[in-house]
Amino acid sequence: MPPAPIFATLDPDRAFLERAPLLVRDFVTGLFPPSLQWLAGNLLAVVVIVLFFASLFALLTLAERKILGRIQNRPGPNRTGPAGLLQPLADAVKTLVKEDIVPRAADQVLHFLAPVVLVSLALMAFAVLPYGRHLVPVELDAAVLYFFAAGAATELAVFMAGWASRNKYSLLAAMRALAQLISYELPLLLSVVPVVMLAGTLSTTGIVAAQAGWTYGVIPHWHVLTPWGAAGFLLFFVSALAESNRSPFDLPEAESELIAGHLTEYSGFKYALFFMAEYFGMTALCGMGVTLFLGGWQAPCAFLEFIPSYAWFFAKLLLLLGVFMWIRGTLPRLRIDQLTRFAWKFLVPLALINLGTAAFWQLSAGWSGPALQLARWLVALALVAGPFTLLGRRLSAGVAPRTYRYAA
Amino acid sequence: MILLLALLILVPAAAAMLRRNLVHSALLLVLSWAGLAAFYLWSGAEFVAFAQVLVYVGAVSMVVLFAVLLTRQNPDRAAPPDAAARLRAGAAVLTAAAVGAVIGHAILATPLPAAAGAPPVLTVRQLGLELMGRHAGSLLVIGALLTVALLGAVVLAAAEPGEKPGGKP
Repeated sequence: MPPAPIFATLDPDRAFLERAPLLVRDFVTGLFPPSLQWLAGNLLAVVVIVLFFASLFALLTLAERKILGRIQNRPGPNRTGPAGLLQPLADAVKTLVKEDIVPRAADQVLHFLAPVVLVSLALMAFAVLPYGRHLVPVELDAAVLYFFAAGAATELAVFMAGWASRNKYSLLAAMRALAQLISYELPLLLSVVPVVMLAGTLSTTGIVAAQAGWTYGVIPHWHVLTPWGAAGFLLFFVSALAESNRSPFDLPEAESELIAGHLTEYSGFKYALFFMAEYFGMTALCGMGVTLFLGGWQAPCAFLEFIPSYAWFFAKLLLLLGVFMWIRGTLPRLRIDQLTRFAWKFLVPLALINLGTAAFWQLSAGWSGPALQLARWLVALALVAGPFTLLGRRLSAGVAPRTYRYAA
Repeated sequence: MILLLALLILVPAAAAMLRRNLVHSALLLVLSWAGLAAFYLWSGAEFVAFAQVLVYVGAVSMVVLFAVLLTRQNPDRAAPPDAAARLRAGAAVLTAAAVGAVIGHAILATPLPAAAGAPPVLTVRQLGLELMGRHAGSLLVIGALLTVALLGAVVLAAAEPGEKPGGKP
């Protein structure tokens, strides 16, 4: 067998950088006796995921504060270390040494369990994301279902946090948070269904494989570049914003109005754990969005395939996370009635119609020839844009555009 | 292994019945459902296990918890039960025992064929084809039933036209 070239444009499957993580894994598991190697392999994956995403979380908090600062025309944290780079470390020390206050009336066990359950469930979601060509921690036949099952169970932790605090404001805030999470779970799941339908599989590797290939070597076959995929991606993105409690849907925590909602009675490291779970959830949902709509680890052009697949995955992931932060710096917070109305009257119908668009796309897959292809695109685009415009017009009738009169 | 799973399912269920605190009971019940999902996973029914978590641990648990929170709890529940309550409890236990006996007898009387060879490995695709092909009728009936139940709940919850919504914010 000839040695693998470092940059293989012809066979990226065998390039050295592509296989480097596998070689490291084989080296580490090789240190163990053969009977324990499967266990060592799995534990290694767990350790790498926890360490990697925990450090990504630290960097994200810093990046978020820096970017938000710049958006608001201030420098952001810049005192700890060079250019504020050690700020996450300082934050970690601060939350670790802070006193952990548990209200006397609180349900001690549940109060302690809530952050633990939340973080562990948020971490579980990372298990099925394909990070690269050979980098899937767990291959599951029903991986997408697993991902959303892990996500759905986090609602329980939110309830536990609000109820166990034995504080009526915490409880009310938890109910509001649950109303939001449940409302947006529906469009989130419905926007994923077309992808599963057209890829014909629930496995994440299968979905990435379904988006392989390029037209003319430059236009990738990603789902986001089809009419139903673009609509689905936007629906998924908005619902993901709401599911991870990000602005403009950050009502559950609304720091300026609700003193952190269901987290009011949490302090010290438990509060940090909630914060961590929020970022984990956000990262996992972005990773799922990349996998489902943005081609996963596929390179955007054929000649860019020499860059290893995991680099592409994380580039797309960081791009999506950056958009999340950008939105947080741009949009004001919604009111709770606007929030639920938006979910049930706008997102859910559009997601259902998108299901029909995807079905049409699937049925017309056999159409060939430029005229029929053009017709296919036009019909699909009309199916996406028509309901969007009509529904938007109807819902905003009498409400928008608003006129404001300012003092002279 | 099966004993461990049985413990994981039965102990929270038993504890749920014994707790005085309704929210604790509900959360223990959720733990029991999660144990059921673990059992499905152990027996190789991956899809059913994840669906169980998604539907029961994720959704039904919320319905139960909301129901518990939104119904008024009687503060003086600690009072000793009166004679009528005892009678009702006795009747309930008797009925449960009778139902249990019938079901137990039915299970014991049914000849269960021993599993021959390797268990079938079903992919999600096969499951979907089965559901949409052979069992499409029953699937539709269940869908219609759930829709009717949902509509009924909406009708019950909706305010009457003349009625004023309680308390303006």
